[in-house]
Amino acid sequence: MNNSGLDTMQMEQKDTTEKPKPIEKVSIIISKGSLEAVYPGLIMANGARMEGIEATLFFTFFGLESIIDKKMDKLKVATVGNPAMHIPTMLGGLPGMSAFATKKMKGEIEKLDIPPIREFMEMIHDTGAEIYACKATVEMFHLDEDDFCDQVDGIISVGEFYEKSAGAEIIFT
Amino acid sequence: METKQLTEAIEFDKDGHLANLEDWSEGIAQELAYLEEVGELNDRHWVVINFLRKEFEEKGDTPTIRKLTKQSGVSTKELYQLFPKGPAKKAAKVAGLPKPKGCI
Repeated sequence: MNNSGLDTMQMEQKDTTEKPKPIEKVSIIISKGSLEAVYPGLIMANGARMEGIEATLFFTFFGLESIIDKKMDKLKVATVGNPAMHIPTMLGGLPGMSAFATKKMKGEIEKLDIPPIREFMEMIHDTGAEIYACKATVEMFHLDEDDFCDQVDGIISVGEFYEKSAGAEIIFT
Repeated sequence: METKQLTEAIEFDKDGHLANLEDWSEGIAQELAYLEEVGELNDRHWVVINFLRKEFEEKGDTPTIRKLTKQSGVSTKELYQLFPKGPAKKAAKVAGLPKPKGCI
């Protein structure tokens, strides 16, 4: 008797926990500065906003290149050290290879109506997403606020990043 | 009460979008807008809705948000104000179109 009572209780409990809660907030960390490394994070952030999910972007280490005003238009595809690119490493290192791959990828990206980095950053910021630069990296690279594009909401520490990420899923790219 | 009857007779797909495009009317759009918490539709909402419907008719899919904002004259910021909490899906739903397939 006792056992069956317990069983039904467990079943009832299971029923109430069955449906997973939808994601309400994401914090996306972008840590690399090559074109193919920056886009995924931006697409994820924009996609989150399109679904009504709150989004925060945090740029750290070489990811900062994509929000530095003078550099963000010049990001390149890395042609060395990426086996999925199917370019032998020795060839990938030849002059012009990265520029060539970058041009190809930018063309394909444009075909999908995905904007260039600068325009994408403006668009994402306009959706209400927040954009932050990592304080430690800013200091390491001797940068200051004026070096960044207008969409950057501030330079924050890791601790502040976690505070702002309360209740969020954190995605590292 | 009258508005309630409009959507009651209509079939929806599994995503909550209209199952049959021809069921759509301006009255239905307003009713769906209330259900989606978009509220009373104004001129700017209608710019978006009409653009989406025109694009869908011509291309068979809803446009990207970039295309929508560039060609309709409604900015990204405004779009998110008009259709808060998920503009792509909500605008498509109100416009009587299926859930957008694209990622952008």
